[in-house]
Amino acid sequence: MHNTRTIFLREIRSFFNSPMAYIFLVIFAIFNGYFFTSTFFLYNQSDLRSLFSVVPMVYLIFVPAISMGLIAREINIGTMETIATLPLKTYEFVLGKYLAVISLILLGLVATIIHLFTLMKFGSKIDYGALLTGYIGLALVGSMYAAIGTFASSITDNQVVAFIIGVFIVLIFFLMGFFLPLVPTNLAGIIQYLSVDYHYSNISRGVIDSRNLVYFFSVIGFFLAMTVQSLEVRKWK
Amino acid sequence: MIKVRNLSKNYGDVEAVKSINFEIQDGEIVGFLGENGAGKTTALQMITGYLAPTSGMVEVNNLNISDHALEIQTQIGYLPELNPLYPEMTVFEYLEFIAKVRKITGKQFRDALSRVVDKCGLQGVVHKHISSCSKGYKQRIGLAGSMIHDPKILILDEPVTGLDPNQIVEIRELIKSLGREKLVLMSSHILQEIQATVGRIMIIHRGEIVANGTNEELMSNFRGNTLLNLEVKNANETSLKDLSVAVPNMDVVNLEEKTGRHILQIEYAQDVDPREDLFNYAVSSGWVILKMTPTTTDLEDIFRKLTMEDQANA
Repeated sequence: MHNTRTIFLREIRSFFNSPMAYIFLVIFAIFNGYFFTSTFFLYNQSDLRSLFSVVPMVYLIFVPAISMGLIAREINIGTMETIATLPLKTYEFVLGKYLAVISLILLGLVATIIHLFTLMKFGSKIDYGALLTGYIGLALVGSMYAAIGTFASSITDNQVVAFIIGVFIVLIFFLMGFFLPLVPTNLAGIIQYLSVDYHYSNISRGVIDSRNLVYFFSVIGFFLAMTVQSLEVRKWK
Repeated sequence: MIKVRNLSKNYGDVEAVKSINFEIQDGEIVGFLGENGAGKTTALQMITGYLAPTSGMVEVNNLNISDHALEIQTQIGYLPELNPLYPEMTVFEYLEFIAKVRKITGKQFRDALSRVVDKCGLQGVVHKHISSCSKGYKQRIGLAGSMIHDPKILILDEPVTGLDPNQIVEIRELIKSLGREKLVLMSSHILQEIQATVGRIMIIHRGEIVANGTNEELMSNFRGNTLLNLEVKNANETSLKDLSVAVPNMDVVNLEEKTGRHILQIEYAQDVDPREDLFNYAVSSGWVILKMTPTTTDLEDIFRKLTMEDQANA
């Protein structure tokens, strides 16, 4: 844990020492703010549904963008060699990096709480339980995409390539639900279970089922394990 | 102590390192010398645990790298070839980061910091961003990072590339002073550098160690015959012809005449020295010796011979 923390803090510092984190936070806030307020008054409903439906789409580009440099950059500038020859386990390194991206995403989510104040000012009979589960859902989707982005960043030394691979994998999970009507019925169950939207919509509706949690945690675990693997394999190239 | 047995590494079909063997004791400074692409870096990367060997084994202080990589890595300080650093960090932040991973914090870190800052001459740049440091400073920052934990073993891959002559001398002296108490294994493709710094040289060529010994050992093992350049005046044809008969253990390999002078190239084995006989013969034949210079084979010739021969055959 000590090493994970060291890696985590270095990464966070590096985010905020470069314009990267600020750009992400500002643009993330502007996007979400625009899409939220443009429909909020039209719907005329006392909830943040429009926010909860727009953030996962904004994530599609933003999460791969903030995680693309995570490991690809270390491979590119050669610091991976320093890291790999320090007494440090690969999973500690991956976990530290991953937690740093999640922190940035959570910080971006915290900034959207400003929309909650709008809601509290104009709305009535607000269902705070549903708001809480909505945010939990957003955090889970963000964490899942971050794991995918971390993996994409570990298989190349080119950040642009990492970004494209990240977006591609994230899109597969995101779009799966939409293709449901097109797949044969015997596959539909599996596709539905794999689709992120299915689990996210359950949670943001206010139902936190262990099946949904298992889904998110296993996808995260899978991609982090793949990341560790792809770094370990570099030894044997 | 580093012990390497039948160590090999293949990249696909390319054999980068072919079954090398060597041992290095504590307190030794050993240099890998080889052309670019000879396999130096690959060999060092296997010793530091960055690459896994295709076959063979590496033992560091009696621990096998394949089972005890982390323990070995705590005892090794490694400076990779390209000296990778995080440009956005300050020197202090970088060294603190490396120290933290190596579990050096608080007072211990402050002591370690002042030690490496002093040894590597980093005074004045500690709070600068690495991106704004010169190449020479970057090299020293990398070196400082590799020895922040005062390791027993230092592995330095091309530690002086990109430095100016004064810095090279400084780093060389630093490495030498470290070598008194530590095991230092460094690599270089610059022969003069290796010769000036290390106690033992391993010449690596196409993934194989083709020579291993001190400067003197290599010289005596690989020195062929000595060539002597002799320039004389007043020599006549007959006395020149009789030379090879009169003076034993030598051959005249070349004879040139230049406006009354003769330039002779004489070859003899390294265990004999016919110079005195030559002098006496010259006096008795009435020659005037203008010049007598043996051309010594140096490490450079040996290196060229060892690394070129193969190319000629290939």
